[in-house]
Amino acid sequence: MTRLLARLTCLALLAPFAAGITPAAAQDTNQVNEGVRVGVEYQPGLQPGLVVLPGAGLDSVRAIVGRDLDYTDRFRVIILRDVAVTSEGRGGSESGGVNYGIYRTLGAEFGVELTETAGAVTVRLHDLNAGKVRNQQSFTLPPATDPGYRLEVHRVADEVARWATGTPGIAASRLLLVSGGRVYRIDSDGETLTPLTPAGQTSLSPAWSPDGGRFAFTQLGAGRGPIAVQSLGSGAALQVPGTATALNITPAFSPDGRLVAYAHSDENGTDVYLANVADRCCAQRLTVGRFADNLSPTFSPDGRRIAFVSTRAGPPQIYVMAADGTDQELLAPFDYGATGSSNAPEWSPDGASVVFHREVAGSPQLFLVDVSGRRVRQLTSAGRNEDPTWGPDGRHITFVSDRSGIRQLWVIDVETGRVRQLKTPGAARLPAWSRRLSRTAVAP
Amino acid sequence: MRATSLLLVLATAGLAAACGGKPAPEQPAPEPTAAPAPPTPAPVDDSAERRRADSIAAANAASERGRAVAADLAAMINFEYDQAAVRTTDQATLDKKAAILAANPNVRLQISGHADERGSDEYNLALGNRRAAAAKRYLENKGIDGARLEVVSYGEERPLNAGHDEAAYAQNRRDEFQVTAGGDNLVAPQ
Repeated sequence: MTRLLARLTCLALLAPFAAGITPAAAQDTNQVNEGVRVGVEYQPGLQPGLVVLPGAGLDSVRAIVGRDLDYTDRFRVIILRDVAVTSEGRGGSESGGVNYGIYRTLGAEFGVELTETAGAVTVRLHDLNAGKVRNQQSFTLPPATDPGYRLEVHRVADEVARWATGTPGIAASRLLLVSGGRVYRIDSDGETLTPLTPAGQTSLSPAWSPDGGRFAFTQLGAGRGPIAVQSLGSGAALQVPGTATALNITPAFSPDGRLVAYAHSDENGTDVYLANVADRCCAQRLTVGRFADNLSPTFSPDGRRIAFVSTRAGPPQIYVMAADGTDQELLAPFDYGATGSSNAPEWSPDGASVVFHREVAGSPQLFLVDVSGRRVRQLTSAGRNEDPTWGPDGRHITFVSDRSGIRQLWVIDVETGRVRQLKTPGAARLPAWSRRLSRTAVAP
Repeated sequence: MRATSLLLVLATAGLAAACGGKPAPEQPAPEPTAAPAPPTPAPVDDSAERRRADSIAAANAASERGRAVAADLAAMINFEYDQAAVRTTDQATLDKKAAILAANPNVRLQISGHADERGSDEYNLALGNRRAAAAKRYLENKGIDGARLEVVSYGEERPLNAGHDEAAYAQNRRDEFQVTAGGDNLVAPQ
């Protein structure tokens, strides 16, 4: 008993340091009150404690899964490292040998157990309060040297999140970003930086196709350039219809992946166009702004509406229209002469809101406008924060911030306000977050 | 002898062009034939030497005039923050360009609009485009054929001054003017 208590104390002391759950220093809003834990059922707003159980081998898998679950912001994750599993940590047969009490003492309600079997990992989600295994599944993993390895591990974490909360995690997704004029791809945790466009040309504004198999981007040449759509698998690129002349910017795919909306800039101004990339035809003009700019289109998830930026009333602000260009109206209210410029809208995956950035006292800050009520809510206040992009779960947003001193990528959880940095080498901007990536869409 | 002088003049002009980095103006052309007649009694014939000196002087003068015209044509204009309107203080700069373009009908200009680093990267491409288009419209209103004026934009991608203060920003909010055709024989407007 004494030895067990000593072990518990040791675990409890280790936990906060080993877990890597310390929130980023730059908090824009306070974390929600974690409240009283009332049970193992997931409740939005509460973060049940979750511990990734120690075990033999699988160190990298354990680390990736633990971090992925932490990044869901749906748990308070306790990762135990370098703790030997001793006989007193073992329980009865019902628990598969896991001593629930010891982890309950740490405040954990879920325990994730990972065990290695040939070419696979067996995952058990323990309900520590009920004292039983809640879910169990074996996942086949490719060798660690396989380019698809990390994504498969992320899928394991996403599935564990689904077991515990009913909603899958967002780890099996990727981001596009621009650094030094090149488009790069990274995993959702910032790993596996991969260049997608050549050095020596300026590529901007990457945008995912909904299935994650292609991306559209601006090829900025000598002050002008087309929109290209490039396959992530083959690298083959095609030019979007209507973008052969002048300057073409800010592409966005329709939810069915057949259309690309973009802005065409020439001496008559900048206007939003819609082209069919599936049939490679039919660029259609959606806005007519004489000497005004209309740009940065973003589709609603049902494909029926497009939010965009317009300078029709003076400074750029966020408007919305039907996908055929009709019914154009203001989306995010502003006070003329008082509200700062607003740019870079992106419609949320659940369709309920549009995130954008708006100048406040000379610095851009992230804002949300809810589409039905047209209420505007400010999300950030520290430093310059711009060019937001939604994660697949509709609660995380990656954005560009200079709070570290240079412009890099950060992630905010809209629910809790927690902000963390997405590690990228050097400066990064114009991020685009994919949806959850299926195996078929993802090239090695 | 005359052929030699002409060659010399051409060579000199060519040299000036190569060294100055600017097109050598041939107009107004140096006139070697109008050089002072050689003195009739010519015990020592230094006419070739003097013609050479005169032609170099003429070429240099023309080159100077050409450079001044080219400089006026390339002079940048600047903008207020998030604005694309031509400032009244920049109208004289554009008026000079209009006169030069009128006097040199073969000249074509590319106007590139630029923005400072504040504001959205993508919006700044549209803003740069609007700034270039504003200069084009101004010149069109002065009678210049719009087909000779090409509008492009670099947004904030090519800052002139890498600083992060208002002085740098003010320099970076600009239109640049680049001669893309007909720049070899620039004539100063009358």
